[in-house]
Amino acid sequence: MKKFVFIVRRDLHMALRQGVDSLMIVAFFAIAVILFPFGIGPEPNILARIAPGIIWVAALMSSMLSLERLFQNDFDDGSLELLALQPVALEITVVAKVFVHWLTTGLPLIIVAPILAIMMGLPEEGLWSLIIALCLGTPCLSLIGAIGAALILGARRGGTLLSLLVLPLYIPVLIFGVSSVDAIINEFSNKSQFLILSGFLLASIALCPWACAAALRQSLE
Amino acid sequence: MPLFNGNDLVCIRGERTVFSGLDFSLDQGDALILKGANGSGKSSLLRLMAGLSQPHNGFLKWNGKPISYDMEDHNSRLHYVGHSDPVKPILTVRENIQFWSNLRPKNLIINSPTTALNKLGISNLENVNGAILSEGQKRRVNLARILTVQAPLWLLDEPTTSLDQKAEKNLIDAITVHRSNGGMVVISTHVSDIVSNAQELDLGNFQANTP
Repeated sequence: MKKFVFIVRRDLHMALRQGVDSLMIVAFFAIAVILFPFGIGPEPNILARIAPGIIWVAALMSSMLSLERLFQNDFDDGSLELLALQPVALEITVVAKVFVHWLTTGLPLIIVAPILAIMMGLPEEGLWSLIIALCLGTPCLSLIGAIGAALILGARRGGTLLSLLVLPLYIPVLIFGVSSVDAIINEFSNKSQFLILSGFLLASIALCPWACAAALRQSLE
Repeated sequence: MPLFNGNDLVCIRGERTVFSGLDFSLDQGDALILKGANGSGKSSLLRLMAGLSQPHNGFLKWNGKPISYDMEDHNSRLHYVGHSDPVKPILTVRENIQFWSNLRPKNLIINSPTTALNKLGISNLENVNGAILSEGQKRRVNLARILTVQAPLWLLDEPTTSLDQKAEKNLIDAITVHRSNGGMVVISTHVSDIVSNAQELDLGNFQANTP
């Protein structure tokens, strides 16, 4: 557990010293969302209707953007090899790295999302649902994405391959994330959507670190 | 019974058999020098010993137990220096070394980063960022890392690459001290007489005969 903290601290430390990365993800997220009103036209009803979907899709894309580097730097400079050779289970290392990924991409997205939602004219009652859904969903994105990030190590054109691997796996999170906001706007209960998203989160916490560690071992052979 | 030994090891990379029928055995204080042409499998053997990859056939045993029984246990008794030096450019040299020793059991820490850097003659670089280090300096930082924590088995893959003569001397001294404390070391190198009274293993003798 202590070693988990050491890895988190080191990665967070590095991420903060290179703070621009996090900022760029947020900027990409904001710009991607802002493009839609320009493309679709300033029709408040339509924008409010599609706001949850746009915000979620943009969040998927932005969280994926930074995934490529999740293990790549450590792989290139030999750190990953050495991490695998420490008396720390590789699964713990994976969880630590994913946690830092979420802190540096998922969390900033959650903070910016409400502002963008208001800008798109999302009804007030949907705001909290959007935030809660993102809180449950973005860790799933980081966890699932980590498997893809581990699989592409050593591959050419890794980034493109990563999106092909990971985006289809994001679909369930997207569906229930969007529908939890839609339900509340249309005055239905969205409890079941939240429960399903929580289920996704628990399942990803339980399964993804193992799959990811296995993929890393494979790439290190 | 030797402390660390390999038996009838076969290594296959891709479709090619790199070596087969390889045996070695090491006891406390022993050194093993791996020789052979490029591509003869020196690095592959070191990676097998480290547990980074699995032998296609044969056994690696520590104290009579296969190392794959408990990889974490095996990891805590080895230090590996590979081709690349994992020195993060945005952390200081000290932070880099400290991180790696933090991951090891506390009771095995024998040197502070400062002492370890001193032993390799680069104590002046302690607070410098990794980004401005030369290749040789990075290698020295990587070697300082293994001096901070005690581990009986050192696996060094061409450790003298990009080192100057003085650093090479420091490394040889460190290896001598390590061996006199009962440590074992396996080195792949082209430099002759890096360690005295060592076993030699020419990997050229274990090449598969098929083309």
